[in-house]
Amino acid sequence: MRRPLTLKDHHHEQRIFSVRLVVGVFLVLLLTGILIGRMIWLQVIEHNRYTTLSDNNRVQTQAVAPPRGLITDRHGEILADNRPDFSLEIIIEQAGDLDQLLIELGNLIELDEGDRERFEKRRRTARRPWEPVPLRGRLTEEEIARLVVNQHRLAGIRISADPIRHYPHGILFSHVLGYVNRINVQDLDAMTLDQQRNYAGTHFYGRSGIERFYEDTLHGEVGYRQVETNARGRILRVLEEQAPVPGKPLRLRLSMRVQQAAYDALGERRGAVVAIDPRDGSVLAFVSRPGFNPNLFVTGISYKDYSAYRNDHDNPLFNRALQGRYPPGSTIKPMYGLAGLDAGVTNWERTIFDPGYYQLENDPHRYRDWKRWGHGRVDLRLAVVQSCDTYFYDMGFKLGIERMHRYMNQFSLGQPTGIDLYNESSGIMPSKQWKKAARGRPWFHGDTINASIGQGFVLATPLQLANATAIMASHGKQVIPTLAGDHQPVERTDIVLNDQDNWEKMTEAMVGVTELGGTARAMASGAKYDIAAKSGTAQVFSVGQDETYNEDELAERLLDHALLVSFAPAEKPAIAVAVLVENGRHGGSTAGPVARQVMDAWLLDKEGELKVPPVFANTPATPPSNTADDDSDQENRP
Amino acid sequence: MSQREFIRQMPGQTGATLSPGLAVRLHLDPPLLVGLLLLMFGGLTVLYSAGGESMDLVVRQCIRFGAGLTVLFLLAQIPPRSYRFWAPVIYSIGLVLLILVLVIGTEAKGAQRWLSIPGAGRFQPAEVMKLAVPAMVAWYFTERTLPPKLTDVIAALLLLGVPAMLIGLQPDLGTAILIAASGLVVLFMAGLSWRLIAVAIIIVVTAAPLMYFFVMHDYQRNRVDTFLNPEADPRGTGWNIIQSKTAIGSGGVNGKGWLDGTQSRLDFLPESSTDFILAVLSEEFGLVGVSILLMMYLVIVGRGFFISWQAQDTFARLLAASLVMTFFIYVFVNIGMVSGLLPVVGVPLPLISYGGTSVVTLLASFGMLMSIHTHRRLMSY
Repeated sequence: MRRPLTLKDHHHEQRIFSVRLVVGVFLVLLLTGILIGRMIWLQVIEHNRYTTLSDNNRVQTQAVAPPRGLITDRHGEILADNRPDFSLEIIIEQAGDLDQLLIELGNLIELDEGDRERFEKRRRTARRPWEPVPLRGRLTEEEIARLVVNQHRLAGIRISADPIRHYPHGILFSHVLGYVNRINVQDLDAMTLDQQRNYAGTHFYGRSGIERFYEDTLHGEVGYRQVETNARGRILRVLEEQAPVPGKPLRLRLSMRVQQAAYDALGERRGAVVAIDPRDGSVLAFVSRPGFNPNLFVTGISYKDYSAYRNDHDNPLFNRALQGRYPPGSTIKPMYGLAGLDAGVTNWERTIFDPGYYQLENDPHRYRDWKRWGHGRVDLRLAVVQSCDTYFYDMGFKLGIERMHRYMNQFSLGQPTGIDLYNESSGIMPSKQWKKAARGRPWFHGDTINASIGQGFVLATPLQLANATAIMASHGKQVIPTLAGDHQPVERTDIVLNDQDNWEKMTEAMVGVTELGGTARAMASGAKYDIAAKSGTAQVFSVGQDETYNEDELAERLLDHALLVSFAPAEKPAIAVAVLVENGRHGGSTAGPVARQVMDAWLLDKEGELKVPPVFANTPATPPSNTADDDSDQENRP
Repeated sequence: MSQREFIRQMPGQTGATLSPGLAVRLHLDPPLLVGLLLLMFGGLTVLYSAGGESMDLVVRQCIRFGAGLTVLFLLAQIPPRSYRFWAPVIYSIGLVLLILVLVIGTEAKGAQRWLSIPGAGRFQPAEVMKLAVPAMVAWYFTERTLPPKLTDVIAALLLLGVPAMLIGLQPDLGTAILIAASGLVVLFMAGLSWRLIAVAIIIVVTAAPLMYFFVMHDYQRNRVDTFLNPEADPRGTGWNIIQSKTAIGSGGVNGKGWLDGTQSRLDFLPESSTDFILAVLSEEFGLVGVSILLMMYLVIVGRGFFISWQAQDTFARLLAASLVMTFFIYVFVNIGMVSGLLPVVGVPLPLISYGGTSVVTLLASFGMLMSIHTHRRLMSY
């Protein structure tokens, strides 16, 4: 028999079953207890934590970037504003076949490698699901139209509008306004926590020029918006809103008209013009040519455009006015003259004979005058008018480098002017100590001789020369060049000469420079006001060895730089101008007319009559409006 | 004593709302039916909210309930001895169908679960096995003396293991485990010795890591990883469970109110109308709501246990106990996974989750329970 015959004991089986059933009931109750316990854990003990998590899901606190302050010139002309920029974004979760979508988009609008790369990079960084990823900015009207027409077959695309910085005058103010571009991790890392909080919604950061120096003023204060979103990031309603405080508008002391005149007067030549109102230090024009288009930088300059700028021999990204260091040449002579007078090493009556060169005792070396046959017998006035080198060799040697250094420092040479821009070059006003430290060599007499005509080690920026000229024009009153509003730079003590009449007399000598027989007579023809000026030419010592030029170019680049400093009207100055034209050869004839056009733009009214403008007042005649484009940041096109 | 009076005196029948006579004639069990209907009504209420106030979803669920109740009613009419008679046949057919699914099944979401029948749509043979496996194992033990000997245990393990493995191959781990569990419950109820149970537990505990490394599919392994540490990938695989726990936890004691659960309403909670519907209920009705739900389940399970205790032969007893325990395991596994106690396996919350065949299968099992209860011979013991 396969199976042993066992009778089924029903009662036994029932008993076993009943015991197991009791165990089953017990298990059910135990497991239910576990579930209840779990629920109590989640819903009572951890309730607050999960409520927070749930609210974090649902409620998004969005930082609302404040609209950046507008920048105007002194007359309210808008130099920088904010305009909507339309960009194409992709919601990956909606897109389906992403590669296919990118191909189709590439057929509709221009997408270069850079766009694709940036998109890939942004796509891979952490983001919330359904958060759109930007693909391309600066969509044209036509591209928007093409995208909208084809939208039905382009799932997942979105066109959004954000305000971006715009510089209506483009290249004209490039070196003074600077530009903003996308804020980056380094910018944020350099900030305090409070600042980082304030920049939570901000996309742009002042990168150079005024935009950088006045970043805090222009930026404003961040606002917040609490919104309820669904898991797809769609905003369902706004729960709470705290409006941002818009950046303060910045009214520059620049005059659009003077800036334009300086820019046009330089023409296609490389150079710089800085004009300062000596009455209050207002910078009226600040030009460095060639310039660049700041609008290209705002949303990220393309590699092509950037390398074009970088490879340009004219170096358009270089701010010549602020950072270009040039030998001031003869433009420094009036200041030396004042120093010599003040130190008592010369006076207005003293004369020397100039045979065309200067020689030190016991030294056969001849220091040549620019006029090979000499100026003959010259006094200080004539030495300024005709720019006699020999007179200044002699006087400079008597004055000595230490006194030169001390006096010129007071004219802000060899130290920063304190203008409201970063990265100002302080040039070089040498001294024995300086040479020892910088070159490791002792000072020679020849160094003093070279320095006496603004050559040798002496280097100054066009801004410094304009500033020094403004100090001259205001008879020693310290003038701090100021671009905007209420910039309060360091205090410097005014220059007080032993004989304050010497300011007047030196001005008179400088007026002689623009009169018949002067080196800059060309610039004064037909002027309705007296101009005090001093021309200069600075030798170009060498061309950088790693720079490659063809022969014609090389020959041109070895020509002297043309310089001119001037102020007008001579008796009651309202403008001081420094002009530098690289390789322009003759200060008087090349740089002079540039300075004249700048002065005319400031001093003459529309009818061409002399009408000296009032000094800058902090309350503008027409207040600039700050309403444009304030609320366009969240606009979406369907 | 008339039959009617006798029934009226039966435990559990006191205060029944339906006329006992009518209920018995229709072979329905009023307490169970009322419990189920209340549960279904509650489920529809939650479903309305979970589906974003979509009446469409509710109507379709009602249709399923209707179909399920019809099946329940029909199965209740069939006497338990027929189930006992047909169990091996249906089990065998089910086994063949499971093999067929693996060979010619329709693929959906990376798993072969469906069998298309020309002109009649498609269905999952696994659903049939949910009822056939416990019935088959119960049938096997009915033929043997209890408590089961080791050979019987091995035979029973084969009976439940083969279909479970076939379903696991589809792959549908959740259903495979539940079907295995339904068979194991029978084994347990039949009096499997405690020593063997202890051995089995030790084997499972030691085998689990081996399973993880050598047997599981990648997606199954991911689920376990996610269960162990959902925060590792909060935006990816961990998203479901984090959002689900957030929904439950933020509900608190009283809940956010019906239709006011932000987690589900704002689409943070995935699968909110199917497997994760408990999270919606917990968010909107809080601990109070969950407790009421668990009470309703306990009432149904309790009634089921009572029915199995009252059952008159071994087959009916074992089958009834297995069906009830399986029902409870559904509840436990679903709530456990939604609340983060268990890894995510695709198990719906019985009669609350929106879902096709599982509703019908569940109601069918209650039809069998009612059949067991209403076909008793009138005899005293």
